[in-house]
Amino acid sequence: MIDKATLWTVIAGLALGSFALRFLFLGLIGNRPLPPWVLRHLRYTAVAVIPALVAPMVMWPKATGGETDPARLAAAAAVLAVGVLTRSVLGAILAGIAVLYPLLYLLG
Amino acid sequence: MPPATSKSVFAMGVRAGAPFILVVVPFAILFGVVATEAGLSVFETLTFSLAVIAGAAQFTALQLMQEHAPTAIVLFSALAVNLRLAMYSAALTPHFGAAPLWQRACIAYLTVDQSFTTSVSAFERHPDWSLRQKMTFFFGACAPILPLWFLATGAGAMIGRRIPDALALDFAVPITFLAIIAPALRTPAHVVAALVAVALALGLAGLPYNLGLPVAALVGMMAGARVELWAERRLLRGEGLGG
Repeated sequence: MIDKATLWTVIAGLALGSFALRFLFLGLIGNRPLPPWVLRHLRYTAVAVIPALVAPMVMWPKATGGETDPARLAAAAAVLAVGVLTRSVLGAILAGIAVLYPLLYLLG
Repeated sequence: MPPATSKSVFAMGVRAGAPFILVVVPFAILFGVVATEAGLSVFETLTFSLAVIAGAAQFTALQLMQEHAPTAIVLFSALAVNLRLAMYSAALTPHFGAAPLWQRACIAYLTVDQSFTTSVSAFERHPDWSLRQKMTFFFGACAPILPLWFLATGAGAMIGRRIPDALALDFAVPITFLAIIAPALRTPAHVVAALVAVALALGLAGLPYNLGLPVAALVGMMAGARVELWAERRLLRGEGLGG
């Protein structure tokens, strides 16, 4: 069981902290121009952060106790391939689902 | 092409956000279920989702609280997962910096992976958009996702019993994130940034407090910026030599 005082401290702290992170640059820098080298780095924010976040989840899923799972690995590859080739978010998601469930069924 | 009206820009945002319904809903249900299993009430679960709106950080915090980690460690680890939001904030600043403070605060609150990524790639495709149009698109992208995020969290909390493992809802997160990012891998610089970040994230996965993530992301961004510079220089040199 999670202690209630701890829970509410964490919810409040995480809410304030997350908002502060989201507001950090948007709120403080506002309309002042950023130097070109900063902008050049910022262009790669999403393509660096999200793959870094996902890679361990794909390689060592928590649901399998951290063991690499061929079904999940194949589903991730399908999402990536269809997403790169078709540029369609929806197509990529559907491809992932279409690969994941049959393989989980066959291999599981 | 005629200039886009507010209504059509909003609709474009909604269309860009809509595919994520497929994965945000299972993810939110999963959070609701896991939170109630950890002993949270429906009200506590909903407040958590409404106040934080960051699924990955919420899962991290929940897991560490169940392991009875010290509160400071729980907050530190979950906020480390959310450090990417500060990078998003910086990347949105050139687009929304001119908006009034209260509107920037609203945008900050609604900055999530989906609204950020779809908006930034739309802004790259439409460099002529005004501040107002960019804002309209951003709120359009939030419209189909965020209300459902809250509703589905509540639904999961009320279901409150174990969803069969065979549904593999855990994998909604990687699928949604990969689907967001794959279409954004447009240039060699984008691909290099992603590959470097992935290699470091895997290599540094053992670091405490999820610190591998911000490090991997920063180095990935530096790699992308570096490749962009090289590509520009090679282009300039190529023109100079006439080839």
